[in-house]
Amino acid sequence: MENKDTIIELRSITKEFEDGFKAVDDFNLEVKRGEFVTFLGPSGCGKTTTLRMIAGLDVPTSGDILLNGKSLIGLPPYKRPINTVFQRYALFPHMNVYQNIAFGLRQKKVPKDVIDRKVTRVLDLVDLEGFEERGIHTLSGGQQQRIAIARALVNEPEILLLDEPLGALDLKMRKEMQLELKNMHDRLGITFIYVTHDQEEALTMSDKIVVMNEGKTQQIGTPEDIYNEPQNAFVADFIGESNIFNGVMTGHLRARFCGGEFACVDDYEEGTHITAVVRPEDVEITAPEKGTIVGTVDSVIFKGMHYEITVVSGRNEMVIQTVHNANVGDRVGMRVDPENIHVMLAEDHTNQFYADINKDFRLEFNGHHLDTSLTKIIRGSRRLEDGRIVDSSGETIEPSRIRILVSIQPDDIDMTDDQDKGLIQGTISNLIYKGDHYSYVIHTELEQDFVVNDEYLWNMDDRVSLMMPVDKMKFSLRRK
Amino acid sequence: MNKKNKTAADAARVLFLVLVLAFLYLPILLLAFYSFTGSTHIGAVRGFSLQNYVTLFTTSELTDMILGTILLALGSAFIATILGTMGAIGAFYSRRGVNAFITSLNQVPVVNADVVTGFSTCILLVVVLHISKDSYIPLVAGHVTLCAPFVFLSVMPRIKQMDPSIYEAALDLGATPFIALRDIVIPQIVPGIISGFALAVTLSLDDYFIATYTKPATFDTISTYVVNATKGAQTSIKTALWALSTVIFVIVVLIVLGMNIRSMRAEKARLENSVRRGGANV
Amino acid sequence: MSFSRKSLGIPYAVFLLIFVAAPLIVLVFYAFTNGQGQFTMHNLSSFFSDPNTLGTLFYSFAIACVTTAVCLLLAYPVAYILAMSTIPAKSVVLMLFVLPMWINFSLRITALKEILNVLEGNLAMHPFLNAVIGMTYDFLPFMILPLFTTISKLDGALREAAMDLGADSLRTFLQITLPLSVPGIISGVSMVFLPAMTNYVVLDMLYNSTYIMGSLIGSYFAAYNWHGGSMISLILLALICLFTLLTGGGEEETARGGALL
Repeated sequence: MENKDTIIELRSITKEFEDGFKAVDDFNLEVKRGEFVTFLGPSGCGKTTTLRMIAGLDVPTSGDILLNGKSLIGLPPYKRPINTVFQRYALFPHMNVYQNIAFGLRQKKVPKDVIDRKVTRVLDLVDLEGFEERGIHTLSGGQQQRIAIARALVNEPEILLLDEPLGALDLKMRKEMQLELKNMHDRLGITFIYVTHDQEEALTMSDKIVVMNEGKTQQIGTPEDIYNEPQNAFVADFIGESNIFNGVMTGHLRARFCGGEFACVDDYEEGTHITAVVRPEDVEITAPEKGTIVGTVDSVIFKGMHYEITVVSGRNEMVIQTVHNANVGDRVGMRVDPENIHVMLAEDHTNQFYADINKDFRLEFNGHHLDTSLTKIIRGSRRLEDGRIVDSSGETIEPSRIRILVSIQPDDIDMTDDQDKGLIQGTISNLIYKGDHYSYVIHTELEQDFVVNDEYLWNMDDRVSLMMPVDKMKFSLRRK
Repeated sequence: MNKKNKTAADAARVLFLVLVLAFLYLPILLLAFYSFTGSTHIGAVRGFSLQNYVTLFTTSELTDMILGTILLALGSAFIATILGTMGAIGAFYSRRGVNAFITSLNQVPVVNADVVTGFSTCILLVVVLHISKDSYIPLVAGHVTLCAPFVFLSVMPRIKQMDPSIYEAALDLGATPFIALRDIVIPQIVPGIISGFALAVTLSLDDYFIATYTKPATFDTISTYVVNATKGAQTSIKTALWALSTVIFVIVVLIVLGMNIRSMRAEKARLENSVRRGGANV
Repeated sequence: MSFSRKSLGIPYAVFLLIFVAAPLIVLVFYAFTNGQGQFTMHNLSSFFSDPNTLGTLFYSFAIACVTTAVCLLLAYPVAYILAMSTIPAKSVVLMLFVLPMWINFSLRITALKEILNVLEGNLAMHPFLNAVIGMTYDFLPFMILPLFTTISKLDGALREAAMDLGADSLRTFLQITLPLSVPGIISGVSMVFLPAMTNYVVLDMLYNSTYIMGSLIGSYFAAYNWHGGSMISLILLALICLFTLLTGGGEEETARGGALL
């Protein structure tokens, strides 16, 4: 594409609602003319709010939006050369197809014969020639979708905004429309800004993807970048399926995670706390003696094209996609090619591990009781007389279907020589002096690495017990 | 249950419905029958006569009263519809507190006894503010107070049902807020506005208490006139009211019939549409 | 271009303040003052100490309770039979039951009076009975409509499930259908009970000269006694509030014109 100048720029856009909820937080983006940009993220991540601010339907609390270098702030939606395809189309039910499409042109007082010509042309574009007189309710979902696109495109907007436009369609229609939208974009050369929570849709259609979570930009890049080089654990987790591990660098191009030491291609200083991402299709199952790590097959699910095999190794779980079958209970080895291990700096040094839920709905770790229970962790949940636990909406919580992820900060863990005092024991495998304290990596008997900050000097290979106060732990619920 | 028992139970059900219907309709129908005779009370046998209808449509006292009632109903329903519709739109798009305030005040005339609504309107306007009843202001104000809340209640669900993004879509396509409201929002809630208006008209036509407490002494609505007439009026007027009752009954039946036929047609059209739509999906 | 959708609510809010809120305030003021504008509890205390007014309150209650019960006993089977039936033109039959709602009530009571005259000879012989018949005749459609709406919305699968679990028809009705139709009953009762306490014209027209609460307001009005009338109005308002509290407010009371919507 030759004309690569910026058409729209968002500068530290923040949107805080009346109730104090920050939907979008310091959002920055530049979109080039003719680009197909997708905002991708889970529901509630702020992607639709950002789109609405570009359309003028929401007003940012702070920040600026520049269209061709001029600020759009204060300009109402009906004065912006931007049009939107709404989530559920928002076609005017009391008007026919022609009246719907002509609505925008009529507002601009375009002469009738010009409107007629443009409506015919745009109907042709969306493959619905001759539909002018049809009522909205006589159209199928896919047809309504096309009319919604036509109604926006007929105004020849500088930017077309699409808010999850394919969400209401069935899978087959969705695939077709994805291709068609992409074609339309290539033909018209209009800038598209597209919102979706469907990562596959985003990867297929976009020139550029903006991954968002909790109002913040996580990563901006091409689909290839986002998939192959996720910048943090959230992106890795959200895009495609991933095994994500906390780990530590143990030497030059060597990282330890998931209870084993792997060769990798990302170089960080020894002792650095890292997050390692391995795609399920990149794990190779080997004979036990040939694997970097060894584990037991926990479940095998046939998925048509492949098997999805979960292998438990120590306290870790590895999900593997392979065309070879395995049997539950098999002892297997696992290896991963160095270039398929994606190592990134851990965002922070939060230690995370899964707690067990015992019969009494109390939490345990490494055989020790944690002084808390499910009802305390899950907000609004309560225990019924018949012993079940229900959440705030009254739905039964099945302990076997959830896992509790515990997070604790390095500053909140204390080390002791007294082996029985702590929750878990391990040996110090790394230490770095950080000016006013030492940062230790403790490799536990359960093959996990904990980061602990301590002002006193301990020695390498010292055996210590880790004391973790429950009131410093944060709990979050994960579905299995 | 065997078949015989079932038919017996069905017959009992139908009989019950018929008896209740008879209770509701027998008085009106008997009165209608006798309105076409010269009798002065039910049971007396006299020949066919249209005298009651002649009296009804030629006595100026009666025609004035009927016309006045209709004008009052249409006028106050018109004002109530405009106020109530604007109120519903405004309240829906206002902050939660404002919305709750309008909605709860709106509920007062709805649950209140009409006697109290009429009496309190009279005290405020006539006793405190010294507005003369002869100005018709208390009467119209009272009827609008009675009717507007029902318009509000019949418009509100329509606004709630409306897809909120169609208003935004109109703005997005270049319509100003006023145009978007006029061309997009209002057409969506028209059924609610129409039924609100119809409801307002019937409430005003049926009212006795508010009119009693706020009307000018020389003005009568059908209700106030009939109530006074039963307390000993001329026989010719009394039997002319039988004719009035019959005329109103026939009009109501015709309107209800018309509405039913229309809604059946709409239903049929909807079914046909969905069939066509199904075809389009294939 | 300062037009906004919110501002449309302003005229109606002002209207409600003037014609709904202000009269209530005036009512409270008049109820607790005397002719000289001085604060007094006399209107309140005299209502609760005068055997006549207390008798009126009791008589109103009696009429309202009996009327409501009769309406419920007639309306529930009608609504139930209609809602459960599979006849094609159900809405037309329902229309038959609610149609009288739209005929001026004074004309309908006139018609009823003529019939009762023939049946009873002297109306004054059965004042209480006539009052109940008249009010039932007037308010029955208002009871049928909300009951029908509620019962016909009930999920048929619930009844089938009850039967499947071994409940016979009677138990299914008592334990499933009846409890689930309580919102309709509340709505219907609230449509009938209060008017039955206040609509004194029905009594007047049927030659029942006993006072009910509404008649008290009427007589104070005729005597230009705004203070006494205001107190009766306040007591009625308190009763409405009490009723709303007891029934949890629940249903929006649109049944008054529900058939039109």
